[in-house]
Amino acid sequence: MAWELDTDRPIYAQLVERLQMQIVSGHYLPGGKLPSVRDLAAVAAVNPNTMQKAFAELERSGLIVTQRTNGRNVTEDEQRIRNIRSGLAREQVNHFFTKMQELGYSETETLELLNTKQFQGNIYEGEQV
Amino acid sequence: MNELVELVGLTKSYDARNVAVNNITLTLPKGKIIGLLGPNGSGKTTLIKMMNGLLTPSQGSIKINGQYVGTETKAHVAYLPDRTYLSGGRKISQILDYFCDFYGDFSKERALEMLHNLNIDPSVKLKTLSKGNKEKVQLILVMSRQADLYVLDEPIAGVDPAARDYILRTIINNYNPDATVIISTHLIGDIEQVLDEVIFMRYGHLVLYTSVDNIREQHGKSVDAYFREVFAC
Repeated sequence: MAWELDTDRPIYAQLVERLQMQIVSGHYLPGGKLPSVRDLAAVAAVNPNTMQKAFAELERSGLIVTQRTNGRNVTEDEQRIRNIRSGLAREQVNHFFTKMQELGYSETETLELLNTKQFQGNIYEGEQV
Repeated sequence: MNELVELVGLTKSYDARNVAVNNITLTLPKGKIIGLLGPNGSGKTTLIKMMNGLLTPSQGSIKINGQYVGTETKAHVAYLPDRTYLSGGRKISQILDYFCDFYGDFSKERALEMLHNLNIDPSVKLKTLSKGNKEKVQLILVMSRQADLYVLDEPIAGVDPAARDYILRTIINNYNPDATVIISTHLIGDIEQVLDEVIFMRYGHLVLYTSVDNIREQHGKSVDAYFREVFAC
């Protein structure tokens, strides 16, 4: 399956986000091996050079490391992965609050809504899935 | 040396009023997949034919891998023309042998594997195939060469979307990292995800040569949408 990508944003940035997500969510485990640029490019149906660029970006941020002879691995530094994960989580929360603001909810109102019994249930069930 | 194709002041005029390619100077690197885009009659096919030595430039020059276009460069350029030149009465297997004899860099195994993946029986005659399947056979022949430069003139126009995906994947998987692929097409949306760079042409002029991600970054839209804006009628 080719990856679903937005048509109006740079492809490489979307590949970075996607790979970041796969790493912080544990799809690729800390210290685990990553597919080759070429294989992953074929799976995603994108240009190998673009995938290469995304990998280079992730390397700069320290999320993946290149072994000279052994391809690429996810970093073993779990703290770094957790940091990036909480950064992404914060972005999501901010995004959510912005959306709620557009609906006319103040921060307090939004928090109240989240604390109602109905949503507590939903969040709980959500975690079970 | 990272340059593969060097165009200098390249011009082709069919007569005084009809200048198909007008003074194009452009250098294309190795290892890229490049879209050659422009409305009908913008000079794309003329440019491609000059790269393959099928037309002689009126002015200017083309070098491929440091050599002027000629017999030597033809051995390293794999070209998919906009119309077929294969005779329909021959079996696909015979055409494979013909390509084996003709091109030193042709891999028959690779061609057979791709034919198999697309469910095309090599023992049938070319003329018994549908339009789309004929196009697939021709593209397979071209992509089975181990060339430095692949020049594909409208490679996916006649094939169904599923085969289109397979073909794009074939292009990604098969071309070697030092080779460059130039794809001329109108179906920008279908291929822009695999392109590194795009060339926009209009009335024989070079309008733009930049990367796909540059267009998306600067204009916040896909190459397809940007093309429609630039070339709006």
